Amino acid sequence: MSIEAKEEFRPNIVAFCCNWCSYAGADLAGSSRLAYPADVKIIRVPCSCRVNPMFILRAFEKGADGVIMCGCHPGDCHYSTGNYYARRRMTLLFSMLDYIGVEQGRTRVEWVSAAEGVKFSATMNEFVRKVRSLGKNVRLEDLRCRN
Amino acid sequence: MQRIGVFVCHCGSNIAATVDVKKVAEAAMMEPGVVHSDDYQYMCSEAGQARIIAAIQEKGLTGIVVCACSPRMHETTFRKAAERAGLNPYMVEIANIREHCSWIHKDLEEGTKKAVILTRAAIAKVNLNTPLKSGESRVTKRALVIGGGIAGIQTALDIADAGYEVDIVEKTPSIGGRMSQVDKTFPTLDCSACILTPKMVEAAAHDKITIYTYSEVEKVGGFVGDFTVDIRKKARSIDMDKCTGCGVCQEKCPYKKTPSEFNRGLNNRSAVYTPFAQAIPNVPVIDREHCIKFKTGKCGVCAKVCQAGAVDYEQQDEIVTEKYGAVVVATGFDTIKLDDFDEYAYSQSPDVITSLELERIMNAAGPTKGHLERISDGKAPKNMVFIQCVGSRDITCRGKSYCSKICCMYTAKHAMLIRDKYPGVNVTVFYIDVRTPGKNFDEFYRRAVEEYGVNYIKGQVGKVAPQPDGQLLVQGVDLLDNKQILVEADMVVLATAIEPDSSVRSIATMLTASIDTNNFLTEAHPKLRPVESPTAGVFLSGVCQGPKDIPETVAQAGAAAIKAVGLLAKDKLLTNPCTAKADELLCNGCSNCADVCPYGAITYEEKEVNDHGIREMRRVASVNNALCQGCGACTVTCPCGAMDLQGFSNRQLIAEVDAICR
Repeated sequence: MSIEAKEEFRPNIVAFCCNWCSYAGADLAGSSRLAYPADVKIIRVPCSCRVNPMFILRAFEKGADGVIMCGCHPGDCHYSTGNYYARRRMTLLFSMLDYIGVEQGRTRVEWVSAAEGVKFSATMNEFVRKVRSLGKNVRLEDLRCRN
Repeated sequence: MQRIGVFVCHCGSNIAATVDVKKVAEAAMMEPGVVHSDDYQYMCSEAGQARIIAAIQEKGLTGIVVCACSPRMHETTFRKAAERAGLNPYMVEIANIREHCSWIHKDLEEGTKKAVILTRAAIAKVNLNTPLKSGESRVTKRALVIGGGIAGIQTALDIADAGYEVDIVEKTPSIGGRMSQVDKTFPTLDCSACILTPKMVEAAAHDKITIYTYSEVEKVGGFVGDFTVDIRKKARSIDMDKCTGCGVCQEKCPYKKTPSEFNRGLNNRSAVYTPFAQAIPNVPVIDREHCIKFKTGKCGVCAKVCQAGAVDYEQQDEIVTEKYGAVVVATGFDTIKLDDFDEYAYSQSPDVITSLELERIMNAAGPTKGHLERISDGKAPKNMVFIQCVGSRDITCRGKSYCSKICCMYTAKHAMLIRDKYPGVNVTVFYIDVRTPGKNFDEFYRRAVEEYGVNYIKGQVGKVAPQPDGQLLVQGVDLLDNKQILVEADMVVLATAIEPDSSVRSIATMLTASIDTNNFLTEAHPKLRPVESPTAGVFLSGVCQGPKDIPETVAQAGAAAIKAVGLLAKDKLLTNPCTAKADELLCNGCSNCADVCPYGAITYEEKEVNDHGIREMRRVASVNNALCQGCGACTVTCPCGAMDLQGFSNRQLIAEVDAICR
């Protein structure tokens, strides 16, 4: 006899990955078959510094439940300093988001190198677990976007 | 309105097993702008590309989305196909439904759902793509090789033989590297110096090769085809043009208490020194840290005895700035520090040595003139124990998780050489596995066991205990007999793990070449581009990329050379057209973008703009496309949204976000 489990909440997660390190790390996770939930969808950007805070706000506004940004390790940026800019911007943005009620657990910056498929997969698994525990994000959602 | 075609690849069963490709193609048809969708077994194949080309021409497509493997794999393939069909190559987007989808998700329904979303995002993006055109940049026909070991020497020789200028930058006073410290090589037992020194001489004599020894790369600017590098030539305190290499200064130097780096600290050298007899260039260096003249001001013996008058205490470091088209990294390796491996008593007993130290002891030019003796009392050993995998294949944080690859073979070599020269010495080897994949390697190892009677014991050593009488007691385990054993030894040799040279981190940072968790440089593709760094124009040679023995290093050095030559042979390079672009009407001339640009690609100009009929002079940003590398830092910094990145524009990325969150 089994008890019908309540349908598990599947969050929608947007991941921004820089072309040189993290996107390649995600490729490596793929070719090494290191599974992580399908909730994560990756957008390729040339560098983490290309990620405009606007994109992240837009994602939350459109109903994303979590946003993660991955870049090269500090010091290893393909463009020398891009990830330092990104780090500062995201620190500010995430604390502001937290202030207006989008929990810190829904936003994350992680440095993943091209050789770190294992880290990429582990990071995504952990992040999805965290966002699942927080449940649906309704704080920033633009209700006009709801069907 | 765009006319978009979507092409879904099965990739055999790689994608089709966990993604319903037909459904993805069907779903794509529902998206705005899509007028054609197709699925095929292998889109990257000749037939697959032909389908794409036919569709572009027949349906008059203005943009295409290929749902396949990572854009890092086949983006270029599909862009070229589009170009052949008469479509601008930058009207192609890839939805990565293999690495980011089918390979990591097991469930067909889930995989299909995600593939549809990824495809949707790519369609949303391509709807906003604009045709882009590559610019051209010139190639400086000169290569830089960082590191003057066998990898660097071989790469430099191969590039120079192809007719291009090469500079070698070596941080020690001589080229030669680790190979010059090795006594014999496996599996042929060739004398290492005998095969290396002719190459060193050849490199030094080559009219296309310039060697900077005792020099380091200080700063790297520019990009593929046009790197600008500052090389610091450290002050040798000896005039290279005047010195005749007679060696009198080294003989007469009164300070002879500096541990010799070349002999791994087993003996001492003078303060003015050449690392070894066959050093190239044969010009000594004054070690200012230890020289009495530099420490106290009172000495100057070397200047007095130098007939050529080559000693120059006033010499200063010199910065040489050169331009290069390609850079090859060949920084090599070092053995790991054994501070955390107390159980082997390396720091407690001088008779516990590393294998590289044993190489020096076995070498006729080494600290013991090639006689096998204990460092502590100079006595000939009767029992020797070799311990394998010291720090290699060690998943704890003190060691390295990887196999150092060369240790099994050089230990077999050491054991064989010792048993050959000193048949009375008992040799025991403790090992986890003996790994001998290589031509004639296993035969070599078997000879050590069968012909030379080396005692191999499968098992690890728990402790090496120095006894009061100077003996060493090795406590190990014999896994095959499943028992603890104690072996008495006069000398213990540790097959110490190798790691990339400590200089590689800063060099990788300067070159913006990526590095893995073990500090090995990452290759552009582990299988298909093993000697190229993901950073264009940077190539990898030797152990800086991963552990390898001499023949593999030489082979890789040649491969890196041909890749560099392939680049240098080009007159012009096509530049990435995904560069930043300023909207003159929105720009307020604040300079924020110029401040964050790492390439100095943004300048300001006074320009007449036509703002809705109002003509006026304004200070507006202007991007130099030849310098812009397309990182996008400026686009986010711009307070008025005037700066945008072509190919990754704000609208495109927002469209992707919207498509994913829909």
